[in-house]
Amino acid sequence: MTRVHVNGKTFEVDAEPDKPLLWVLREDLGLTGAKFGCGVGQCLACTVHLDGQPAPACMTPLAAVGARQVTTIEGLPAEGSHPVQRAWMELNVVQCGYCQSGQIMAATALLARTPDPDDAAIDAALRGNLCRCGTYQRIRQAVKRAAVLAREPA
Amino acid sequence: MVALSRRAFLASGASLAGGLCLALRLPLAGAAGSTSESALAPNAFVHIASDGAVTLTLHKSEMGQGVHSGLAAILADELDVDLASVRLTMADEDPAYYLAMGMMGTGGSTSIRMSWDALADAAASARAMLVAAAARTWQVEPTACRTAAGKVLGPTGQALGYGELAALAATLPVPEKPPRKPPAEYRYIGKPTPRVDNLAKVTGQAQFGIDVTQPGLLTAVVLRPPQFGAVLESFDATAAQALPGVRKIVAIDSGVGVIADGYWQARRAAQRITVKWRPAALAMDDASIARALDAALEQPGSPARRDGDVDAALKAAGKTLEATYRLPFLAHACLEPMNATAHVRDGQCEIWAPTQGQTRSRDAAAKLLGIPRERVTVHTTYLGGGFGRRFEVDFVLDAVALSRAAGAPVKVIWSREDDLAHDFYRPAAAHRLTAALHEKTPSAWQHRIASPSIQSRLAPDTIKGGIDRTVVEGVRELPYAIPNVAVDCALVETGVPVGYWRSVGSSGNAFVVESFIDELAHAAGEDPLAFRRRLLARQPRHLRVLELAAERAGWGQPLPQGQSRGLAVHMSYGSYVAQVAEVEVADGAPRVRRVVCVIDCGRHVNPDQVVAQMEGGIVYGLTAALYGEVPIAGGSARIGNFDTYPLLRLDRMPRIEVHIVGSQEPPGGTGEPGVPPLAPAVANALFSLTGQRLRSLPLRLPT
Repeated sequence: MTRVHVNGKTFEVDAEPDKPLLWVLREDLGLTGAKFGCGVGQCLACTVHLDGQPAPACMTPLAAVGARQVTTIEGLPAEGSHPVQRAWMELNVVQCGYCQSGQIMAATALLARTPDPDDAAIDAALRGNLCRCGTYQRIRQAVKRAAVLAREPA
Repeated sequence: MVALSRRAFLASGASLAGGLCLALRLPLAGAAGSTSESALAPNAFVHIASDGAVTLTLHKSEMGQGVHSGLAAILADELDVDLASVRLTMADEDPAYYLAMGMMGTGGSTSIRMSWDALADAAASARAMLVAAAARTWQVEPTACRTAAGKVLGPTGQALGYGELAALAATLPVPEKPPRKPPAEYRYIGKPTPRVDNLAKVTGQAQFGIDVTQPGLLTAVVLRPPQFGAVLESFDATAAQALPGVRKIVAIDSGVGVIADGYWQARRAAQRITVKWRPAALAMDDASIARALDAALEQPGSPARRDGDVDAALKAAGKTLEATYRLPFLAHACLEPMNATAHVRDGQCEIWAPTQGQTRSRDAAAKLLGIPRERVTVHTTYLGGGFGRRFEVDFVLDAVALSRAAGAPVKVIWSREDDLAHDFYRPAAAHRLTAALHEKTPSAWQHRIASPSIQSRLAPDTIKGGIDRTVVEGVRELPYAIPNVAVDCALVETGVPVGYWRSVGSSGNAFVVESFIDELAHAAGEDPLAFRRRLLARQPRHLRVLELAAERAGWGQPLPQGQSRGLAVHMSYGSYVAQVAEVEVADGAPRVRRVVCVIDCGRHVNPDQVVAQMEGGIVYGLTAALYGEVPIAGGSARIGNFDTYPLLRLDRMPRIEVHIVGSQEPPGGTGEPGVPPLAPAVANALFSLTGQRLRSLPLRLPT
C-alpha cells in the first residue's frame, strides 16, 4: 500500500510503485478530471499540482509522489468559484473541454507565482498544454481576466 | 446552469415507444415526483414534469462545437423558459432522432441548421398544449393567453406554471402546425449566451468516454498491425499472461486485445507479447502514392462539371498557366484518444461511447454480435474532439469484441500512437490546373483531381458517374465568373484508410483553388482582391465577406518590413468565409501573426459560438498548413506521438478577429467552414512576401 495526499485527503492505494499517478488518480481514486492524452508529457492534459507546482501526472510514477500534496481539478471549487474557473466560464473558453482541466491547473499554478502575467509569461507557462479545438486565444484572455478577478474583493 | 454530469450520462436516458418520449428518467437531482402520468412529453425532445422541470433530450454529440448550448437556446426561446433552468440529457440511439442524414449522428456542420425547425416545432407544440390547458382551466380563448418564462398568463392576471399545467396538457392533442414565436420575441437566439457545459468542464466533472465506469469494468488495449492490411498470424502471450492484473489476451479483428484490471497493467502486459503478422501485399509509400496520383492526372477523369468548351478556350488563349498542387494525408488527432466501453451479456449489448455516429455504432455492433439492433443500446458521452474521426465505429467494435471475449464490461483505450497511426486520414491528393487568361480575365479553368475516395467506403451509393462529391467539393462549385470550366475527378485507391476530416474535401480543395486564383491574379498583374472582386461580381455573399475581411484587415495598407498579407474566400457547408492572414518568416519558417475572418452563416443561434468555431477552425487549419502531414512508408503511417505530429501551441497562436455578417439567409454550418480558407490565405501571403509559390502542404519555404 502506498500513501498519497490528494486534494487535502490522504489515501492508501494498492498499486504498483511504477504506475503513473494519472492512472492512480483515475482508476484507484475515481478522480477522472486529469486526462490521458499522450502518455509522454507532450500534451499535458494530465496536469496536476505537486506541492503547487504543475506536473504531468502521466509521467509521474506513484513512487515519485512521496509526501507531496497532489492537487487535481477536483481540488478546485465544485461550484466553479475559483477566479480561473470564473474567467473560463465568463469567456466561454471551453470547447470539447478535454484539455481544459490541464489548462486550468497550469493557469492556477502560473497565477499563484505570477499574479499579473503578460503574454510572454502566459505563453511560457501554457505552451506545453495542447488544445486541438483551438481555444488558445480565449485561454490567454481568460488568464488575464482571472488575474483581475483574483485581485477584486470577493 | 445545469450541465451534463456523470450522472446524466449514466442514467438510462429516454425510453422511447412509437417515437414518443414517454418516461424520461430525469438524470439530475430535484426530479422526484415527476411521473409519466403528470408530465407533458409531446415528442422525443421535450419533457415537462409536474414540478415544472423542463428537460431537453439532446440528439447531437457535443464535441466542442457548442451544439448542446445552441439546441438548448432554441428550446428555451420557443418554449418560453429560462435557458438556465433547462435540464439536459443525452438521447440514446433511436430512430426518433433521425432528423438528418437518415441516422442519428453528428457531422457535416449540419446539427443546428438541420435540427432548428424540428426542435423549435417540438418546443412550440409543448407551449401550445400548455396554453390550451391553461385556457381550458380558465375558460378563456387560447389566443387570450400568453407565456412568460415557464408560466402561462391569462387575460385577467391569472398565472399557472408549466408544471401545474403539464398533466392536463398531456391529455390534449399534439398540434400539427404549432404557432412559432416571432423572432423579435427571442430572448436567446441571435445573442451570445453562456455555454451550457461550462461548469462541468471547468470542474473536471464532464464525463468523456474515457471516464466511463461500470461495476466490474475491465480495461483493454489492442496491439495493432504494423501495416495497413497486415494479418495476425499468431502471438505468444505467456509472459504477459503471468503479470498481475491481466485477465485475458485474445485475438479480435483489429489485433491482439489485452484485457486487464486497469490501463497501466494492460499496456505493460502488451509490451511482453510477441506477435507474428503476415505482411500486407501492398507496401505503399509516399513516392508510390504520388506516382499513382500523378498517373491518374494524365488521364481525363470522370467529368464533374462542364461549362462551355475548355479545350477550345485553352487553344485560343493568349496566355495559359499550368500548375500541380499536392495535399498530404492528415490525422484528426482528437485530444481524447479513441476509446469506448461495452458490456455484452445475455444476447444484449450496451455501449457507452464518445461517438459522432450513434446509428452506425448500433448497427455495426449488432452485425458483429449477430443480434437484432433492438438489443443494442448506445449511450453517448461527451467527446474530447471529433472532427469526423468519431463518425467511425472501429473503436466501438473493439470494445464490443473485447467485452464479448471477457464476459465483462470492457473499456478499450487507444494509446496516442495507436490513435495517430490507425486513423482514417484526410486523403492525400494531387490536382492539376490549367487556365487561360484573355486580356487579364480568365477564359478557361481546367481542374483535374486525383484522390482516394472516402465515400466508396462510407457511402458508396452516393458515388455517381465516378464522382465522389467529397473529392470535388468546393471545386465543382467554383464561384468565379469563368466561361469555360472543366472539373474532372479520378478516384485512386492507395491502401491508406481515409475518412471525413474537419471540412472534408474543402480542407484541401480551397487551398488549391484559392492559391491558383491568386496565381492568375498575379499573372494578370492585378491585386488579388481586385481580381477576385471582378470575378465574384455576381456572387453577393462571397463578395460581401471578402470585402469586409479586406476592409477589417486593412488590405492595401502598409505593414512593417518583413510582413505581408494574403486572402482567401470559400463557401462550404452553407457558409461563406473570407480570411486575411498576416505572415512573416521567422527562423526560416512561416509564422502567422494575425488572421481576420468574416463569416456569413445566415441566421445563427449563438454569435459567440460562431466566433469560437471560427477561432477553432483557424487553429485547426493552421496546424495543417504549417505542420500537417502523415508520411507513409512500408505500408504504414510513420507517425508516433505529438513529437512527430505536432499541433499548434499557444506561443504560435496568431491574433484572430472574427466578424459575423448579419444575414437572414437560411442557417449555414459553422463547425467546418472556418478551416478551408486558412491555408490559402497563408500561402498567398507567403507568395506576396517571398515570391515563392508553395503548391503543396504543409507550407515549407525552400532553404
